[in-house]
Parts: sequence; C-alpha cells; structure tokens
Amino acid sequence: MHAPDPHTDPMVPVIARVTGRTRELSDVVTFEMEVEGWPGFAPGQFNMLSVFGVGEIPISISGPVSDTTRIIHTIRDVGPVSHALAALSPGAVLGLRGPYGAPWPVQAARGRDVVVIAGGLGLAPVRPILYELMENRDAYGKVTLLYGARSPAEILFEKELGDWRSRLDMGVEVTVDRATNAWHGHVGVVTALLRGADFTPANTTAFVCGPEIMMRFGADGLTDLGVAATDIHLSMERNMQCGIGLCGHCQLGPVFVCKDGPVFDWATMKPLMRIKEL
Amino acid sequence: MSGAVPAAPVVFDAQGLDALIAALADAGREVFGPVRRDGAVVYEEVASSADFPKGWIDEQSGGHYRLRQEGEAYFGATLGPQGWKRILHPPKQTLWRTEGTGEETKIIREPLDETRRAFIGARACDLAAIAAQDRVLIEGPYRDPHYAARRANLFIVAVNCTRSADTCFCTSMNTGPKATKGYDIALTELDGGRFLAEAASDEGLALLATLPTRPATTDDESAAEAGIDRARDQQRRIDTEGLPALLKERPDHPRWSEVAQRCLNCANCTMVCPTCFCTTVDEVTSLDGPETERVNSWASCFTVDFSHVHGGAVRPGAKSRYRQWMTHKLATWVDQFGEMGCVGCGRCISWCPVGIDITEEAAALRKEGG
Repeated sequence: MHAPDPHTDPMVPVIARVTGRTRELSDVVTFEMEVEGWPGFAPGQFNMLSVFGVGEIPISISGPVSDTTRIIHTIRDVGPVSHALAALSPGAVLGLRGPYGAPWPVQAARGRDVVVIAGGLGLAPVRPILYELMENRDAYGKVTLLYGARSPAEILFEKELGDWRSRLDMGVEVTVDRATNAWHGHVGVVTALLRGADFTPANTTAFVCGPEIMMRFGADGLTDLGVAATDIHLSMERNMQCGIGLCGHCQLGPVFVCKDGPVFDWATMKPLMRIKEL
Repeated sequence: MSGAVPAAPVVFDAQGLDALIAALADAGREVFGPVRRDGAVVYEEVASSADFPKGWIDEQSGGHYRLRQEGEAYFGATLGPQGWKRILHPPKQTLWRTEGTGEETKIIREPLDETRRAFIGARACDLAAIAAQDRVLIEGPYRDPHYAARRANLFIVAVNCTRSADTCFCTSMNTGPKATKGYDIALTELDGGRFLAEAASDEGLALLATLPTRPATTDDESAAEAGIDRARDQQRRIDTEGLPALLKERPDHPRWSEVAQRCLNCANCTMVCPTCFCTTVDEVTSLDGPETERVNSWASCFTVDFSHVHGGAVRPGAKSRYRQWMTHKLATWVDQFGEMGCVGCGRCISWCPVGIDITEEAAALRKEGG
C-alpha cells in the first residue's frame, strides 16, 4: 500500500484501517484510522472516504497535524455513505484518497490575533487550527474561539471546549440557538459573540466554518469590525464526486471548491455567495 | 504532433482515401469515421471509404436534424449528435473494483485502454473540443489516466469544413472551419471525390508518403480555400466581445427566468456537447457476492442531484441550472482554463428538443433588462 500518487490513478483509493471510534453526539462519531504511507495533511484539507459497496464522500480531517500516524475524521450520519462510515468499528477497512484541497493559512497568521468562528459540525474542520494554535501558542497574538450549536445537547467536542475555556491564554465563547433550563450560557447566533471578543481587527486573521448563512453573517460582522476581507477565510461545501477537479460537481462560479478550495478568503467568496443558487 | 516541418500539400482521390484507411488499419489502429446510422451521422469503426455517408448532407436548426441526399461529397454532412468524447471520455468508465471483504479486501484497478485508434473526419470545432477536454482531464493538477491513455494512442485525420450547418458558429468562437492544430493530417474535400491533404506531424507525414498522391497545384489550393471560405460564410454568429464579464455581472437578468420556462432540463445539450466533461461516480454492487465496482458516468448540471449536498440541492431552480451551464461555457470556463468552453459546434441547438439557441440567449442577455 502506498500513499495515493496523483500522477498515476488518483481515483483509486488505498485501504485504510479503523483504529478507534468515539461517539460525540447522537448522530456524530469521530473515528481514527491508519494508512500505510500517509503523507500527513494541512489544516482544512479533506479525504475522500469510501465504504465498499456503499460509496464515497469528502470528509474534512479533524485531528492534529502533529499526529502523523492517526487520521481523524468527525462524521455526522446524514446520508447513506456517512451512515455506513459512522457505523465502522475498529478493525474495519475502508478506502481513502487524499488529502486534498487548499488548507487554512494558519501559519501565515503567526504574529497576529486569530479569531475562529464555528457553527455546528463546522467545529470539526477548524479543530486542526485550534491544535496548531495551542501547540504553538506563543507564535500567535490573542486567540478567540466563538462556537454556536443548535442546542446544548448538540455541542460538539464539549470536553475539549471546556479545556480550552479554562485556559487563560484563549477566549472561548459558546452559544446555542435554543436553550434548555440547565443552560446558563449565551443564547442566539454565534456572530453576536463577536461584539464582546478581544482582538485587534487590523491585525486579525479569521477562520470561519459552518452553514453558509452563518459564514456570511460571520464574515460581514468581522468586516464591520475592520478585519480585511483577505484576512477572513471560509471553508465551502459542495457536492464532490472526485475531489480533484475532474468531475465538475463542486463548481461555484469560476472556482472548483475541491481544488481551488475548500478554503477561500472572503474577498473571493463575497461576490459569489451573494448570488442565489450559484 | 509538433516539430514536423509541414510538407507541401498533396492531392489524392477516393482510392487514396481507401489507402489511408488501410494504412491506418495496417498500423494496428481501430479506424473511426462518420457513418450514417438511424438517420444521423455517428462516429463508428470504418473499413473503407464506402462506409462514409457519401452523397448525404445534414439540415440542422433549433431542435431539428435531418439527413438528405444531395451532391457527391464524402464529408458533406457536418456534425452529428455525438462528439468524439463518446470514445475518448466514454459515457461509462469503470474505475476500479474490489475483491474479497474485510481484512481481505483488495482494490483492483481497471486496466487502461491502450487501443491505438485513428479518427477520420474530425472537424476543427471538435479538435478544439478535444483540446478543451485535454486541459480538464490531463493538464490539471490531477489527470484522468483512462482518458490520457486513449489520447496518447490517437491519430487524427481532420476534415476542414467546406459547408456549414445552419447551427454552426465556429468562426465566432475562433475554432474553425479550418483545422489549425491538434491533428496529424488535415483533408479538404475538393470536387470529384478528391482531397487536398496536409500533414502536421511526423507520423502524418510518413503516412501520406505511402499513399498514391500527386503534388497539389495552386488551383487545388485555391479550391480548398474557397470551400473553407464558403463554410465560414454560412454560419450564424455569437458576439463574444466582453461576454464573460457581462454574463457574470447579470445573474439576475430576467432572460434567465424566461429561458427556464422553455428549458425542459432534459440534459440533451450536455450529452451532445463535446466539451462537457462532468461525471458522477456510482457504486455498483454484484447481486451474487460482495464484490463492488466504482463506475464513472457522464453527469449533467441540468439535474437537481448534480449539486446535492446535505440539506438539499445548491441549484434547485431551472433558472439557476441553465445559468450554470451557459455561464460555465461562455464565462467561468475562461477563469478556469483560459478559454471559453464552447467551440461553436451548435450541437446543443439542434439537439435541444425545444430549440433553445445559445447564440440567441447570449444576444438576449446582452440587452439590458431582457
């Protein structure tokens, strides 16, 4: 088994083996796997994962870049392939192609303040950013994580959020759309949390991931505070059959989300995202 | 195909045409060319010049394609519904399959198709279409090895058009009617079943040298140019000046809604379009065992499923799907690949069941407010 060689047959996966599985939420699991010859990845990249007999989908990598052996994915069970993936237990084999896509430019943000805004499962694709920030904390300015979930029961990575929250060198705020009696935190959209966050807009790089509507409001909110459009980065989701620019499904106006993205800056996305059904 | 010094053009007759087919077959190639079948000209394997639709021409307009007998030309009929992509980038392509299950699962690659082929009768617009697919499927960061293998083993005999269909607009797209690149030999049909032939590759030159030919006279050359000029004059036009920017600036032009009322979303235009490259990957499982196969099939941006993500389609509306297709062809393709994705073949016009005409739509979108 070898790492996929893009110049021979990029549509043929390698065999990966599931080595661990954690249930995160009622419909979300995180699993770890191993592949011989895994080349490593950059934050924001994704793999095309295949369940034999079911199909293949793109899933972003949610683990730390520094872990060079385990490949970690967090998956919500929403369709036939994600359902089959979520059901894989340690020892199971699956197909893997990747990693693909343009990453979050995290290291380029060294020396700057960093704001991470995530909504729902959007916390998974930005988690590698947070690991990088924590591992090299001194390299960055002020760090803020703003996270929004639909309800307290749908807060992803709750334990880690608590750990990060207890750190003195990082601001973490969590909000929910619908509170329960036991919830004492913020209620409302995640972008409302921007107002209280501590960062210097002119020296800030922002990473935003979640539903499109949330990313638009997040980027607009950051722009209003004075963050440059080229310093705001989003991760787009589109239908992908190949992940490598051959199938055409992920086109968003002039760009292929798979090979030009999935991470784009707001200067590129703003004019495209304002067009309905582009 | 480059590096050859073009030799002086030569002329041969029908016997030469047969000798050309025979020489290509002798060189171990499957020879494909235009054949009349089921009322249309399609590209199939040919054994001799008798297989070509000699004496037939096509009549094309919006939603209309008919063949009728007229004249004596071998290549009088212009484009049929199928582009050469049916052979180079086929409607279905197995990518790989599995054997065994669980720990024993093995992935078996589909072998590459390294058949040596020759195309006779590729028109200039179709050469441009093949070059457009090359840019997508071979020249990107990742390549489709199946397409690349077929392409690497291909010999092309182009035919310059001396007659255009009513639906042709290659002149506007700057792709024809004369082939200028991407071929080994180019033929121009002259009166009386004679052909002016020019080689553009070493292999083409060597092959021409084996045929019964005579040097072309200046009269032959002027006759060929006159035929190509005639084809150039028979075309409809599309004004491409500033079109990419204009289309991208007008996503809410009322014409998009208007054309969506007529468009059936049948996807015919994308199937006959020689540059449309999109595919969908399907899982095919055997009924009698655990083996599975991953198969790539042509896809169309006119289907709702094409843009499906969790939560629904990105482009549920007919308006946004037509806009995606046409804007891609005439505008965003330029951003992606440095040229337009339309070669002016006009197939989408003839094979649209309701006769939607991309040249007419482009003109309408130029007008402010429809």
